[in-house]
Amino acid sequence: MRNVYLDHAATTAVHPKVLESMLPYLQDKLGNPSSIYSSGREAKAAVETARAQVAALINAQPDEIIFTSGGTEADNLALTGVATALSQQGRHIITSRIEHHAVLHTAEELERKGFQVTYLPVDPDGLINPDLLEQALTPETIMVSIIFANNEIGTIEPIDRLAKIAKKHGVIFHTDAVQAVGNIPIDVEELNIDLLSLSGHKIYGPKGIGALYVRRGMNIKPLMQGGSQERKLRPGTENVPGIVGLGKAAELARIELPARSAHLTELRDYLIDGVLSSIAHVRLNGHRTLRLPGNANFSFEFIEGESLLLSLDMAGIAASSGSACTSGSLDPSHVLMAIGLSHEVAHGSLRLTLGRENNKEDVDYVLSVLPDIVGRLRAMSPLTPAKEA
Amino acid sequence: MYTEKVMDHFMHPRNVGEIDNPDGVGQVGNPVCGDIMKMSLRIKDDRIEDIKFKTFGCGAAIATSSMVTELVKGKTVAEALALNNRMVAEALGGLPCKKMHCSNLAADALHAAIADYKEKQVQASR
Ligand code: FES
Repeated sequence: MRNVYLDHAATTAVHPKVLESMLPYLQDKLGNPSSIYSSGREAKAAVETARAQVAALINAQPDEIIFTSGGTEADNLALTGVATALSQQGRHIITSRIEHHAVLHTAEELERKGFQVTYLPVDPDGLINPDLLEQALTPETIMVSIIFANNEIGTIEPIDRLAKIAKKHGVIFHTDAVQAVGNIPIDVEELNIDLLSLSGHKIYGPKGIGALYVRRGMNIKPLMQGGSQERKLRPGTENVPGIVGLGKAAELARIELPARSAHLTELRDYLIDGVLSSIAHVRLNGHRTLRLPGNANFSFEFIEGESLLLSLDMAGIAASSGSACTSGSLDPSHVLMAIGLSHEVAHGSLRLTLGRENNKEDVDYVLSVLPDIVGRLRAMSPLTPAKEA
Repeated sequence: MYTEKVMDHFMHPRNVGEIDNPDGVGQVGNPVCGDIMKMSLRIKDDRIEDIKFKTFGCGAAIATSSMVTELVKGKTVAEALALNNRMVAEALGGLPCKKMHCSNLAADALHAAIADYKEKQVQASR
């Protein structure tokens, strides 16, 4: 049986060149970057090289990159760090209804600590209307945090316009770009982004490492207290192998971005067209063109996502769903609710996310098994109209 | 996360479909995550001669539906009424905690179908 991994938005396989770059730092290059002897200096140099590599990917300066344990910590540091630093200036934050939980739950925690949070709605394609941001700003607003591209439906937000509005009002702009980095070009200078979260394992780097870009001169407080690493914003001995791996992954992403993006876009469109033309009662979730190169998200009416995932898994295909039955909370995905899907339609959602190692044969394989799987489940469903079963 | 038995019933569900002119039909919805289960019965001499299900729900919901139909086929109405969700979960070799509410649904649908059958009998004897 063919095995097809189509969950690259969840995590990606470490690139062989990334692994190669990391190995020495897991073996003989053991120094602590804070030590003054040669292996310590060597580790320090490796960390600084990685910092420059990550900075180059988003057109930042190396000293604007703070290494964290991943995207979640970067989001927490951005929101809580800025809110704590600026709480005397104001206590209002604006974000959206389709943020990753790392932002959403941090915002909710800040609400419990006395901050006010506005959650901007999105249109049926998942886009945020910049006018609504303009209207939501108050003299109390200290920060805006909007996801660059959504992890579930793939919609790419108008970050340039949103960040420009924030800048005009002197409000800090953060973006969770975990899914976007490496997949679409990002220039923090051109886009007026003040803070940006990214993660290693979404761009063929290792798990457990990420970074927060913090524009120079930004007032932000650390989440933890300790040593003076990472400009005191992230104390603790550096995860040297992870940082080196993230650096290498960022370098590869920068060099290969145009080719990767073109390859993924072609496969994605082939997949989307194939599914929409071979299966009835299906809708594409997310914007048709303003979407991540590797993201396809469908809702199949009359069936439920977990049973779809199990069936696909039996056919060797790894995917994900926003169905209530697959989430720990038994509520459907907040993103699918925010774009206006009914519970039933959100239930039948399937996310397929392509990556660099996928090819046309993989998509052909999916297209060859998916209609039968959907048909089998529909034949079992009491919701399927009699003539469709 | 699922036992082999659950996966077997999920991949090869028994008694899928709807009975024509059934003696009883029960449809219940899952208040927790919004799934739907429908069972139809043919009853003869107080025995469940045939039973079929249709389910909109997760793997556990489909497997429990299938297991319920298998457990009660050929049983008396009283025996079928005694079936509870714990027995269904046990017959499947256990269900993940998060999925226990799905097994309620299957037994509930069965009981609703039997209630419908009894209702119809009362009406017929009037
Ligand atoms: S039917 Fe939703 S979790 Fe089982």
